[in-house]
Amino acid sequence: MKDQWKMAILQSSHWPAAMINQYHMNMQYSKNQLFFLASLRILIGWHFLYEGLIKVFNPGWTSKAYLLSAEGPLSFFFKWLGGSALADAADIVTIALLIGIGLALVLGAFEKVAAFAGIALLAMFYLSHPPLPGLENAGPSEGNYFIVNKNLIEMAALGVLSFFPTSHLVGLVYYFNRSKASPMSNPKIPQEVGNV
Amino acid sequence: MSNEKQYPDSSRRKALKGLMGLPFVGGILIGAYAESRKRIRAKRNILDELNIEAMRPETSGDMAGDPIRVGIIGFGGRGQHLVRVLGYATPSWFQLMKEEENEDAVKAFREQENLNVKLTGVCDVFDVYAEEAVASFPDCKRYRNYEEMINSPDIDAVVIATPDHWHAPMSIAALQAGKHVYVEKPMTHHIRETYELREAVRNSKAVFAVGHQHRQTQSFITARDVIKKKVLGHISLVQTNTNRNDDNGAWQYDIHEKASPRTIDWGQFLGSAPKIPFNKEHFFRWRKWWAYGSGLSGDLMTHDYDRINCVLEMGMPKYVAASGGIYTHHDGREVPDVFQVAMEYPDFSVGSSRPKGIEKGMTFMYSATLGNQFNRSTILMGHDGTMELGNTLTIYADPGSTRYKNMIESNLIQPEVPIYSYNPEAEEVDAITSATAKYFADKGLLWTYRDGKRVDSSLLHLREWLGAIRNGTPVSCGIKEGFEEAMSAHMGGLAWKLGRRMEWDPVREEIIALPGEDLDAVLLRTNVGEYVLET
Repeated sequence: MKDQWKMAILQSSHWPAAMINQYHMNMQYSKNQLFFLASLRILIGWHFLYEGLIKVFNPGWTSKAYLLSAEGPLSFFFKWLGGSALADAADIVTIALLIGIGLALVLGAFEKVAAFAGIALLAMFYLSHPPLPGLENAGPSEGNYFIVNKNLIEMAALGVLSFFPTSHLVGLVYYFNRSKASPMSNPKIPQEVGNV
Repeated sequence: MSNEKQYPDSSRRKALKGLMGLPFVGGILIGAYAESRKRIRAKRNILDELNIEAMRPETSGDMAGDPIRVGIIGFGGRGQHLVRVLGYATPSWFQLMKEEENEDAVKAFREQENLNVKLTGVCDVFDVYAEEAVASFPDCKRYRNYEEMINSPDIDAVVIATPDHWHAPMSIAALQAGKHVYVEKPMTHHIRETYELREAVRNSKAVFAVGHQHRQTQSFITARDVIKKKVLGHISLVQTNTNRNDDNGAWQYDIHEKASPRTIDWGQFLGSAPKIPFNKEHFFRWRKWWAYGSGLSGDLMTHDYDRINCVLEMGMPKYVAASGGIYTHHDGREVPDVFQVAMEYPDFSVGSSRPKGIEKGMTFMYSATLGNQFNRSTILMGHDGTMELGNTLTIYADPGSTRYKNMIESNLIQPEVPIYSYNPEAEEVDAITSATAKYFADKGLLWTYRDGKRVDSSLLHLREWLGAIRNGTPVSCGIKEGFEEAMSAHMGGLAWKLGRRMEWDPVREEIIALPGEDLDAVLLRTNVGEYVLET
């Protein structure tokens, strides 16, 4: 059982990217590149994890008001969701995703899945309150935004992470991999998955 | 170097690079937990300090037993609403709801509590209205005039939803005949009949209630507790408003196509009003003339006055000044459409957190325009805090507060974040609310919440009256509250008409007049025609 998990974590750096492209399975970076890429991964993970945990520890939290105040072309969907019986489920899913994505990015495992899930979740946030001209209630915010806001930028950053993985160098993937053999000296795992 | 290359994955280094996320997770977990604990503790501290209970209102008892036989006097817009709340909706109302695709209203009507009332009579001087009631409800008989109705053995109680000048005469006659009375606001149209009605209530065993339905609004009941717990400190100013900007809001109601001297008993409509020829505009838009209505002071200020009187129980003001004019609707009306009233309470206080004797006295401000509908909310301004009052209730600490000084200094309270927010739509009380929650605030005159369900406050108010009839439970807006509402409104009307600050004599319980001055004559002064006061 323990080995199965280990394998899953190990292979997580290859999936689902394995289905898309595999050239970066074994990507190597300069020290500076690695430092900033890994930092970006951990910082975004931190943001997700903290947002998720704060909501867990505050039992009164609900996304209802946020959903009901949605604006923009898709507001009908978010308003429906906020007013429907699914609102409670939406809260649980949101918290679970925030924590799951956060843990994956901070710890360095399943980072591609996490990056894509994060993009999807942020897309929901973005679309429910898009910073479009003419929409006044795009939520209280600390800055000024026109089409581009921090959600959109974080989405792009997650996109970068998904194609520049670092968990095989810093993170759980590396840890479990190294406990067998270094991917640098022994590129066995990528071969098993299948190289191009 | 060579060593490192030879053993690139020393276990220490491996653990450092592989598990470097773990301390982050631990740190974030601790950070989030500590932050949440801090917020929860701050919230609990504030709630403990404030000790406000979001009270459940008293129920007015069981509606079981024989149905109460009710007669409706005045089956116009308001009368039809009240009857609907009693369980009787006309087919034309269902039709209208269908046209407006307002299925929620129909659903609410079908699901509303059965108040166990039998509508046995209707009295309306307009044939179309009266005949509609008779055609719609099988047990409902038409009475040609109110005297016939109140003397009928088939009637236990009457609901009066007529123009203002009929409120007191009908209430008095009904009480004298032993019938229970629910009368719409304002309770009376002039001063003398206010005393007469009070006498009639005192001398009658029947139950008397004034139709200020917002007394049932849960947030107002909670607000009473806020005041009791001295959360706001000394309140020096209360601000209330009316803001409307449409024809309906300016009393420009539709004139019914079938209105004519043949379908309207004009003489009965006029009653004590100046005897003038038939005029359908006067009939349907009676609120625009002093002869039948009471202008903004009686029609709308009474709502706000009673809302605050229900929370503060400040009673009669010592002085009342008014200003305003006809600025938005020069359409022949004689009541102002922009209107301000300042009521002075020099000796009133709800309590003080400052040294004894420094704080005393309060002004109640009412400001209205029928030419703009920007939402100015009801605000109670105290030394320690500010309360915004509608269907929701929000309290902010004041930066200069004495009571919360330490909590503000230790950052436990931030003046720009509400320290208490009561939203009956939400399941629980929240001490700290978000900016988005403010979107959901409402004025709260039409409906309120009971156990999370939206309920028509008029239904609850009528239920309270019916409960008083059946079970002897108290009414929240009886003759004492009605007397204060009516007299303060009359002072507002007089102050505007005379351009003078009116004064109340609390010992003799009367509005002070100049020697030889007949205040009722002033109050009823109208361009409609010659007034003949019955003596």
